[in-house]
Amino acid sequence: MKKKELYLTLFRSTFFLSMFTFGGGYVIVPLMEKKFVNELGWIDEDEMLNLIAIGQSAPGPIAVNTSILIGYRMAGFTGAMVTVFGTILPPLAIMTGLAYIYLAVRDNALVNNVLLGMQAGVAAIIVNVVINMALRIIKQKKIVPVLVMIAALIAGIVFQVNILWLLFVSALIGLIMTLVDLKNKHDKGESK
Amino acid sequence: MIYLELFLSFFQIGILSFGGGYASLPLIEQELITVQGWITNQQFIDILTLSEMTPGPIAINAATFSGNQIAGIMGGIIATIGVTLPSVIIVQLLAYFYFKYQNLSIVQGVIQGVRPAVVALIASAGVTIFMTAMFGHSDWPIALSEINWVSVIFFAVGLFLMRKFKASPIQIILVTGVAGGIVYSLL
Repeated sequence: MKKKELYLTLFRSTFFLSMFTFGGGYVIVPLMEKKFVNELGWIDEDEMLNLIAIGQSAPGPIAVNTSILIGYRMAGFTGAMVTVFGTILPPLAIMTGLAYIYLAVRDNALVNNVLLGMQAGVAAIIVNVVINMALRIIKQKKIVPVLVMIAALIAGIVFQVNILWLLFVSALIGLIMTLVDLKNKHDKGESK
Repeated sequence: MIYLELFLSFFQIGILSFGGGYASLPLIEQELITVQGWITNQQFIDILTLSEMTPGPIAINAATFSGNQIAGIMGGIIATIGVTLPSVIIVQLLAYFYFKYQNLSIVQGVIQGVRPAVVALIASAGVTIFMTAMFGHSDWPIALSEINWVSVIFFAVGLFLMRKFKASPIQIILVTGVAGGIVYSLL
């Protein structure tokens, strides 16, 4: 395939996926998988799962991360730039337009009433997200993650501890747990 | 120089939001409301509402919109670049090492450690959002007489629809928006 065609297909695929997908990473990633694994056949299933795992290990939106990885896998750095541009362009254009409409209509009484109603809806959405995420942690049935979650909640809400500290300390705990885990596996391997 | 400040703020938000789009909410709240004072609580919730209504990752939506609110079109573009750039760099570094060594276990271990803290952080941003929706503000002390019962009912119905019938966020936004338009206009 010619380079130019490859870039064009990468851009078009990520642009349309981002343009028409509501609901963030957990919705868009399966669609990317369908597009690049099943329809285009560019990436095999196992490799795609690895790319998704890498995308979730990095900071930032999962949809953006996964699209960068697909671009990088297909066409190196330039490919990654093409796919990240394809992914951020639709929300960038739509939200810029909305920002102007918002300024013009925010003080309108009806708009205000609609937004007031939506505010309760957004609160419900966030609470729902938190419940789902917390259940996923609790269902692992490990004591340390649950303790970290409770401690971070108290530190964040009651003591207003800076987010940076909370992330740093929990990352350190994760690192220590992983190293202990790796050492245990290593020791077991040796005793056999 | 507002553009540089915007860029740095959103770069920091991007680099620290581990665990997907919602993880950026507590960071946006801390940086834009508490530290910089660029937007109000009310605007923060409006940004969230509009992000839920539109396609694309929530962190990008929020960056574009708040950048626009703070410093116009260029502000929106710069904030969006700022929040995306850490991904561009870190993801490719990780991919490079992954293809070379086929091993991510230490990175994944650290992420596993951060995840419970991220849930707690989103929860604490959730408290602000919840209080503002129910009482009109999130500053203590809060009097029970300030409670907005219509909001309480909308919240309860919305949460019920999502947990019981797996309603999607956009459906909840549309339903509560239409209901708000009707109920508050009649009251």
